[in-house]
Amino acid sequence: MAKKTGADLSKDQMLALYRQMLVIRRCEEQLVRSYQAGLIYGACHTYIGEEAIATGVCAHLRVDDAVLSTHRGHGHALSKGVSPRELIAELYGRATGCSGGRGGSMHLFKPEVGLLGTSGIVAASILLGAGAAYTFRLLKTDRVSVSFFSDGAVNNGAFHEGINLATAWGLPVIFVCENNLYATEVPFSEATRNPSVASRAQAYGLPGVEVDGNDVLAVYEAAGEAVRRARSGEGPTLLECKTYRTRPHAEGMRDAGYRTKEEVEEWKARGPIKRFKERLLDDEVATQQELNQIDAAVKAIIQEAHEFAQNSPMPDPATVLDHVYSTP
Amino acid sequence: MRELTFVEAAREGLAEEMEKDPTIFVVGEGVGARGGNFNTTTGLYALYGPERLRDTPISERGFTTLCTGAAMAGARPVVDWMFLDFGVDAMGDLIHQTAMIQWMSGGRLKMPVLLRGCIGALGSAAAHHSGNYYPLFMHIPGFRVVVPTTPYDAKGLIKTAIRSDDPVLFLEHRGVLTNKGPVPEEEYLIPFGEAAIVHEGNDVTIVAIAYMVNHALKVSEQLADEGVSAEVIDPRTLVPLDIDTILESVHKTGRLLIVDEDFAPCGAGAEITAQVVDRAFDDLDAPIRRLNGASTPSPYSLPLEAAVLPNPATIAQAVRDLLME
Repeated sequence: MAKKTGADLSKDQMLALYRQMLVIRRCEEQLVRSYQAGLIYGACHTYIGEEAIATGVCAHLRVDDAVLSTHRGHGHALSKGVSPRELIAELYGRATGCSGGRGGSMHLFKPEVGLLGTSGIVAASILLGAGAAYTFRLLKTDRVSVSFFSDGAVNNGAFHEGINLATAWGLPVIFVCENNLYATEVPFSEATRNPSVASRAQAYGLPGVEVDGNDVLAVYEAAGEAVRRARSGEGPTLLECKTYRTRPHAEGMRDAGYRTKEEVEEWKARGPIKRFKERLLDDEVATQQELNQIDAAVKAIIQEAHEFAQNSPMPDPATVLDHVYSTP
Repeated sequence: MRELTFVEAAREGLAEEMEKDPTIFVVGEGVGARGGNFNTTTGLYALYGPERLRDTPISERGFTTLCTGAAMAGARPVVDWMFLDFGVDAMGDLIHQTAMIQWMSGGRLKMPVLLRGCIGALGSAAAHHSGNYYPLFMHIPGFRVVVPTTPYDAKGLIKTAIRSDDPVLFLEHRGVLTNKGPVPEEEYLIPFGEAAIVHEGNDVTIVAIAYMVNHALKVSEQLADEGVSAEVIDPRTLVPLDIDTILESVHKTGRLLIVDEDFAPCGAGAEITAQVVDRAFDDLDAPIRRLNGASTPSPYSLPLEAAVLPNPATIAQAVRDLLME
């Protein structure tokens, strides 16, 4: 037990959270370098700065639970069980990618581990996740689904329809809003008058919880309750995680005119990995040496994954028409 | 053999499949205790309850995309839009999610969702309850498009549609809902991609879509009295399209008229025309002709409505004109 962390977690569990956030961060950093090197020739939306959310939520999920996610979905994919190899290979357009090179950054699929897909269409995950939850209940299972989306999705009709339907029908789904304050480059403060997404839950009659999305333990705790509710048939929860993306909307995009450098630096100082690391050390959960060992191990995994992806074959063009239909 | 209406036959097909497969559920406004606006689910709520006969709010994008997610997770949803017009509210997600996800996932996710709704302008339905819109779905890779006209076809095709792992548009023209015809008691399925030759003839081929099959049959009988032998083909499914049956007929007759209530530009008839010209140009003794509904929103007032729709008289005249060419 840690001294002051507040969450009822063992040392191993906390180090697992730390390690998972680091896997996401190092993977994203590799993807940034690879983008700059031309290895990624399509879009690349990084999750840097938001790692605590995917990590804290997915730590509660079983392999047979579902995750539906967004164009900024690398972190969700990794946290649900897609390997760094499969993710990086996908962005390199390789046959070994989790979508066989069909998708790239925005279209990640690995149903075998419950990743039912990330989407280039904002807010689609809300309804698709609610639908997976409908099936889980219809089949009389205790599986749950998680819809990740961002503040950019909450002013789309799918948010209204999805949250209303899921609540009216009591579906086992957790709606996780990653409020990073900007929809592409439009500030949330200009998109709506109510700065609180969680408060909208009152309008639909489901619990709405606001949490510091850069605090992995706070996310873990709130998500734990939401997953418990869903799994035990008590219905959906809307979880708003306040966070920030420190990279541009997508790699290679001009990141100016809508936010200040000072603001970015402030949020970097509040970054989830940095904060958790300080906490682990302050609370004497782990030593610097232990954390260094984790860092080194993660770096090696990402380096190996990059090499694997780079050496992987391109997909066979003859397969491009496969699976448009289930049967020819 | 016993006779059923189109609605009864389609419902019997749905009921038989629901009895066999507990992963099938139906959503829509009034599909529960009320049994559906068009009696698509009458009697089923008492058997299967609210989880499998799910009344919905008026939230078409919501429940259509929700059912897309449900299909991905292993259920077989039936989305009852009542009218196809209402379903187009979900068009963005239908294109981006429902139609694409099997391909995007490399076939690891299936998309067994049945999307059904009434189509067609008839009875002063007016602009927002009369759309045909099937070419929108024919254009998008991933959808199957079914337009049955007889009770026999309705039952056999809805069963195939429900068992299909692809998203299927099952479109029921209001003009065929009361069609009555023989339906066997024993189980049968009709595969997709097999057109029906509903009237044999040698002088001209009429491909008619949905309710236009009713008209074309009448016309073919009427023309027989004039000594004209018309072959009438009901494609039954537009995706996949049984072009071979149409080509064989055109090879025999040398003349093709396509009758379609829907708009002509980029429509089903345009696609059929292109394929016939591509593969059987030398079989044609005259230009291919299309007779379509006018390219305008559907009007309410009876004389206005009559002015935009093909009818037996205009079809018969189109055949006579084509035979003169």
